[in-house]
Amino acid sequence: MSDTAGNAPVLAADGTPLKKALDAALFRNRLRAFLLVSPLLLFLLITFIIPIGMFLLSGFHDPVFSKIMPKTTQVLGEWDSTSEPTEAMYEALVADLVVARKEKTIGRAATRVNRELSGTRSLFTGTARKAAKLEAPFKEAMIGVKKNWADPEVWKAMKVSSRAWTLSYLANALDYKQLADGSFEAQPESRQIHVPLLLKTLWISLQVTIYCLLLGYPIAYLMSNLPARSSNLLMILVLLPFWTSILVRTTAWIAMLQSQGVLNDLFVFFGITDDGSRYSLIYNKLGTLIAMTHILLPFMVLPLYSVMRGIPPSYVRAAKSMGATNWTTFWRIYAPQTVPGIGAGAILVFIVAIGYYITPALVGGQDGQMISNVIAFHMKSSLNWSLAAALGGVLLLVVMTLYWVYDRIVGIDNMKLG
Amino acid sequence: MSLPIYAGWGERLWYYTFRAICALIFLFLIIPIIVVIPLSFNVEPYFSFTSGMLSFDPDAYSLRWYKDIFTNGMKNPEATTGWWADAWNNSQWLRSMRNSFFIGFCATIISTSIGTLAAVGLARSEMPWKNQIMALLISPMIVPLVITAAGAFKAFSMLNLAYTFTGIILAHAVLGTPFVIITVTATLVGFDQSLVRAAQSMGATPLRTFFKVQMPLIMPGVISGALFAFITSFDEVVVVIQMAAAEQRTIPRQMFSGIREQISPTILAVATILVLISIALLATLEMIRRRSEKLRGLSPS
Repeated sequence: MSDTAGNAPVLAADGTPLKKALDAALFRNRLRAFLLVSPLLLFLLITFIIPIGMFLLSGFHDPVFSKIMPKTTQVLGEWDSTSEPTEAMYEALVADLVVARKEKTIGRAATRVNRELSGTRSLFTGTARKAAKLEAPFKEAMIGVKKNWADPEVWKAMKVSSRAWTLSYLANALDYKQLADGSFEAQPESRQIHVPLLLKTLWISLQVTIYCLLLGYPIAYLMSNLPARSSNLLMILVLLPFWTSILVRTTAWIAMLQSQGVLNDLFVFFGITDDGSRYSLIYNKLGTLIAMTHILLPFMVLPLYSVMRGIPPSYVRAAKSMGATNWTTFWRIYAPQTVPGIGAGAILVFIVAIGYYITPALVGGQDGQMISNVIAFHMKSSLNWSLAAALGGVLLLVVMTLYWVYDRIVGIDNMKLG
Repeated sequence: MSLPIYAGWGERLWYYTFRAICALIFLFLIIPIIVVIPLSFNVEPYFSFTSGMLSFDPDAYSLRWYKDIFTNGMKNPEATTGWWADAWNNSQWLRSMRNSFFIGFCATIISTSIGTLAAVGLARSEMPWKNQIMALLISPMIVPLVITAAGAFKAFSMLNLAYTFTGIILAHAVLGTPFVIITVTATLVGFDQSLVRAAQSMGATPLRTFFKVQMPLIMPGVISGALFAFITSFDEVVVVIQMAAAEQRTIPRQMFSGIREQISPTILAVATILVLISIALLATLEMIRRRSEKLRGLSPS
């Protein structure tokens, strides 16, 4: 090596500076790795991320009213929502009603306003039927048909409905109400249903998580301390339910818990209760709790087990040799080392529980319904997709926050299956 | 964890109590699954044990609900000729079983192939934004199914894919990919990258290296990922409820409406068959696991 080498760049075989050549090679490798992942990324983007985004967006975008009633929407936009509705506004409304009746779209527009002010649906459909025959002055004519047209509340509801981009669904999902001037007001207590529902969902999930921990911890402990042969055998008892269809397990719980079911039969047989007063163990919150705990228990046992397996027995032995009692050894030495497993299992169970739909729908009865069931109800029965999307957005926010916490505490690449 | 000989009576008591508690928990896990099996042979249309069943009266047991799997929906269950063809084409349960297998099979192929590819990419140390991408790829497992189903329905109806097999298969393929990613990356953790370099230094093309060197070693992970993806699709009902017309009904969908509308022990018979299928899958998985441990030179446990 001569002393010039200190300054001159080291060259690669083809004469480019080595640093540059290395960078290029590294870039190629990164690109290659990324290209391997890209088909899946693209697939997820098209079939998962964009669809969910579209769904969530529909919670903020509902152009039904503004499309069907364009003239009314325009005059409502100019209205300050406090003054008396003018003749011009009534005229625009009549013109829109005539068209909407002809095109048979009035029902959809009426449904939209009805969501803001219940009881207005028939007001729209009823008036639309007579709208073609109405003559100026329209204000008196409309009030003649239905008194309610004089009510400024109806106009305010229409103003809220006329916004294509709206926060009114999100407000509804949080038990607030959007007013005509764009501000928000809490719903009266009797109509607050969504926040209590969310809290109930969180509470049920928390209970399920606690039960799973209480049941999962002892068996994970037992399995991790047995010789491999017997623990593998016991593992089958955990994995078989895990691999069995949720529908099968839910059906099984119906057979177990219903009033003529196995458990009640046993209670009657042992004289715990008499035949006339069998316990109602299912089609209520209790049924949801039992079935969900059973279904989610493997999600708790598997991470706990894998953590407990890795705990070296020497710590426990050391503690005992220094005179600690069994309880002290367990509580001060063993249990703290299982905390990562508890964290992983608990968050996983909680995340899965919070979005549960099937089990509550089948065995939950009235008081065992969770937020997913109400979202599904709004999509399938009340056909209020926008409210479903707003509720879904709230649910997704909670789940994603928990997912982030999981990633922080456990790390996603530590997720294991079986 | 055997009891030491010097254990006091308190320790002995706790030892046996603890084992008893664990036994009860294992019973809680397994009893409901076991209970459906005898109940499916009930001669009466009930979900509960009759006194005849408890006294092992042979007349209290029958195969009528298994027969019902075939005959429910058949045009002419009494016919002597063409019975099997009729059952194959018209039986509601057989049709949903065919649908379930078809959808599960197609979804598994999609999610396993692109999932494996992605897992191989993710395992490379050069992979940029590794954690973020991993989090994104696992998210279908985390997002509540109702939301996934709603999104899929909304987007796929614009593409005329709602109420089609294609739509359901695509949605199920999405749900299966996280499992493939997790199982394949798990096998790649212990993978020796110098094997790839060795193959390449001896002149193998990247494709040949992948199929001849990497693939055989990660095969156990791929297969168990595929099994997970299959069972995910096979067991999935929320997306199917949202996306399927009567024609695309799957087994879980049929069970779902069966439980809600007309609860009959046929469901228990189907459940028994499904339990047997899961036992078979579990056994396969266990075999693969042992083989994989042997392949990678780990001591079998």
